[in-house]
Amino acid sequence: MRKKVYITAGYNTISLGSGRKEFNPKKSRPGLEHYLSEAGQATIAKLGGAENIDESVVGNFMASRYNKQGHLGSFAPMIDPKLTYKPSHRVEAACASGGMALMSGFKSVLADTADTVLAMGVEVQNTVKAVYGADILAGAGWFKKRKQGHAHFFPGQFSDRAGAYYEKFGREKARKAFARWYKNAIENARLCPTAQEYENTHPDPEGLALATEPHPKFVPNLTVFDSSKVSDGASAIGILSEEGLQRAGIDKSLAVEVAGFGHAVDDLTQDPADPTKLQTMKAAIGKALKMAGITKDDIATVETHDCFSVAGILSIEALGLAEHGKGTDYVLDGHTARDGKVPYNTTGGLIGWGHPTGATGVHMAVTIWEQLTGNAGKAQINIPADRPYGMSVNMGGDDKTVMVVIYKKAE
Amino acid sequence: MEYENRLQNVAVLGAAGKMGSGILLLTAVEMANLKLKPENKDKTFSLHAVDVSNKALEGLIAYVRKQVTKIAEKSIVDLRKAYEGNEMLIENSDIIDQYVDDVVAVIRPTTRMESAYDALLVFEAVNENPDLKVKLLSLIDENNPNEPWYFTNTSSVPIHSLDERTNLNGRIIGFHFYNPPAVQKLVELIPSENTRKEVQDFALKYAKALKKIVVPSNDIAGFIGNGHFMRDALFGIQEVERLSEHKSFVGSVYTINKVTQDFLVRPMGIFQLIDYVGIDVVRYILQVMNPHFDENLHSPLLDKLYDMGVKGGQNSDGSQKDGFLKYEKGKAVAAFDPEKKEYVSFDSVAGEEDRKLGDLPASWMPWKKAVRSKSKDKDFKTYFNHLKRANTTGSELALRYGRKSRDIAKQLVSQGVAHNDEDVNTVLMTGFFHAYGPINEYFE
Repeated sequence: MRKKVYITAGYNTISLGSGRKEFNPKKSRPGLEHYLSEAGQATIAKLGGAENIDESVVGNFMASRYNKQGHLGSFAPMIDPKLTYKPSHRVEAACASGGMALMSGFKSVLADTADTVLAMGVEVQNTVKAVYGADILAGAGWFKKRKQGHAHFFPGQFSDRAGAYYEKFGREKARKAFARWYKNAIENARLCPTAQEYENTHPDPEGLALATEPHPKFVPNLTVFDSSKVSDGASAIGILSEEGLQRAGIDKSLAVEVAGFGHAVDDLTQDPADPTKLQTMKAAIGKALKMAGITKDDIATVETHDCFSVAGILSIEALGLAEHGKGTDYVLDGHTARDGKVPYNTTGGLIGWGHPTGATGVHMAVTIWEQLTGNAGKAQINIPADRPYGMSVNMGGDDKTVMVVIYKKAE
Repeated sequence: MEYENRLQNVAVLGAAGKMGSGILLLTAVEMANLKLKPENKDKTFSLHAVDVSNKALEGLIAYVRKQVTKIAEKSIVDLRKAYEGNEMLIENSDIIDQYVDDVVAVIRPTTRMESAYDALLVFEAVNENPDLKVKLLSLIDENNPNEPWYFTNTSSVPIHSLDERTNLNGRIIGFHFYNPPAVQKLVELIPSENTRKEVQDFALKYAKALKKIVVPSNDIAGFIGNGHFMRDALFGIQEVERLSEHKSFVGSVYTINKVTQDFLVRPMGIFQLIDYVGIDVVRYILQVMNPHFDENLHSPLLDKLYDMGVKGGQNSDGSQKDGFLKYEKGKAVAAFDPEKKEYVSFDSVAGEEDRKLGDLPASWMPWKKAVRSKSKDKDFKTYFNHLKRANTTGSELALRYGRKSRDIAKQLVSQGVAHNDEDVNTVLMTGFFHAYGPINEYFE
């Protein structure tokens, strides 16, 4: 990093969808404007007002289809009139769109073109039934392969990965690890009031997931408990230089430093060479670690892209915390639990907190910021002094775009 | 092959009616599914939707489109396979739209009875009027050279009497869907003594394709479903007449409706159910059934209400029309007083009647919960034991009603309408959504 970049002033709306008491599929719900305003205004207030903001960026995947709305950058002045005539744009990389918003902000600060960037992510997906949402999300894959894909396209892609993993390393243990992953997700979500599964009261989520077999109307190798849900929501965070922090009058105890980041893409038209590995993710993680000058052993907590339980497990292996085929053991041994060696997804992740696709990358940053500054409320975990780093891993499509960020508490 | 050939040319009579539209929908889906099989792609499948009302036919296609869309959304995994070969259909939405078009494409709406003259299979779902049924079936059979098979949706008219009066020589069977046919899993299958074996085999295959639960019934007027419901309803009316010697008519209706719904843990009270089916329809079914039995299956009260224009039934949007009870947002709020000729609000009677009925035992569960309980039998044993010990007016009325319902059910078996106890219980539990069958040990 050629200069220091900080994040602060994070905010998440609730992740609205099935599971939340206020969600009623038959009633009308808030739209993009509501979520952008709520998250944007909250972060602006924490940054001391929009006069302190030099530019804005919105991560979003498919508002053009879910909401028939393009041109999201121009909503910035609606969020706050003081953003009128300031730069603002929308970035997209499927479910890594939020990560792209972060990257856009980092690069702008690094390039000295801004001292304070308002980075937001938003997605409002409950506008269509899941069967049509599957079509929209399939846009994260190569459209020429949509025809041969599954009705539930992305669950189908990751079901294929899970199937390959079962075959190579055994189904039973993998199913057990997926069930544990679900349990951790639900229990963490119950500690975070904005989480979609915050009100989940099932007495035994792990038993439930373990007892549930894949349904012929869904995909062959995964169940609904292996899958993130359909979500509406937005997240926002400030990305600032030293000068930006000073201008906003924000104490460094409330900020987190960006230690490094890695952005990698792979050919959208190609199938994965080995479906039991997330190679693009591994490449992005390697870049981020290198930029930060640390190793995997310095990481205290990870927010990973568990759109499906299998992706969560494979991401552990991509980071190298467990060998290939041993990510399941790592989870079953309790290392990813909130009291484990490296707590994963401490507010529930995509399965527990929710997955408003374009917002997810920003949401991950907000969670790590909360944890490293000691502001995670009931979800707070212990950050060991000798491992002060957090990591977020945001994936677009089936391991096609990955954005990894490494953070540490600001000094 | 017989099965698929027979379904290539079908007519539904009364296709835009409450039952007919559901039968049309399910049959259109089945025919379209056959057409989608690669080996059938050059065959033509025609489903004549015959109805007297052009206006009703206008709404029929919209109804079918909406329902088929829902069906397609739920079966998208299978439909993607069915349309695998069509490169133009890529997204789920493309496939769903195409499927809806393909189902609608087999339907030929018409007001002309002549359309049924080349049918191989005729579904009859017109009014529950034996003379009308005989007239239409005879007319078609005289003009149709194919010797078609007839499936009648009658819920009460004996099949053998239709067969004899129309000279069909066993080409007819009772195939009684429950309302609404698209949702209700139950079909009562009623062969007459003469019904041909191949007609019965076809009916079973067709019911299986529609994923229906088939309960066979013997060919005795009212069959199992109405055999129980009509007598259960008449008992409810008798109870009201008995109670109203000592209290208001409205208070009595309130009491019996509450006892049958809450105390007996049924999905709705008996008067709400009569309204749901329609006072006019109930009266008509009783008229059809009455001559076939020694019992008196007739209610002067129903005649009186009918003559005053109090009929129940549903509006075209599915909402409940006022009958015995008056409904606000689907909830019963008043009962009709035939003396005053107006609805009297439950507010005026509920407090006092509830006090007289007494509390429900603590082990009581609302029907919605009971029906989903995994320990249903145990729950009901406990509840009814508590009810027996409660010694309240409510418990007394409920036990009396439960025992009567059981006796009616047993009578259906002893009279040979149902083959066994289990069939009666299945009809009540699937066709009427009861949480427990009428033949049980709870009321011993």
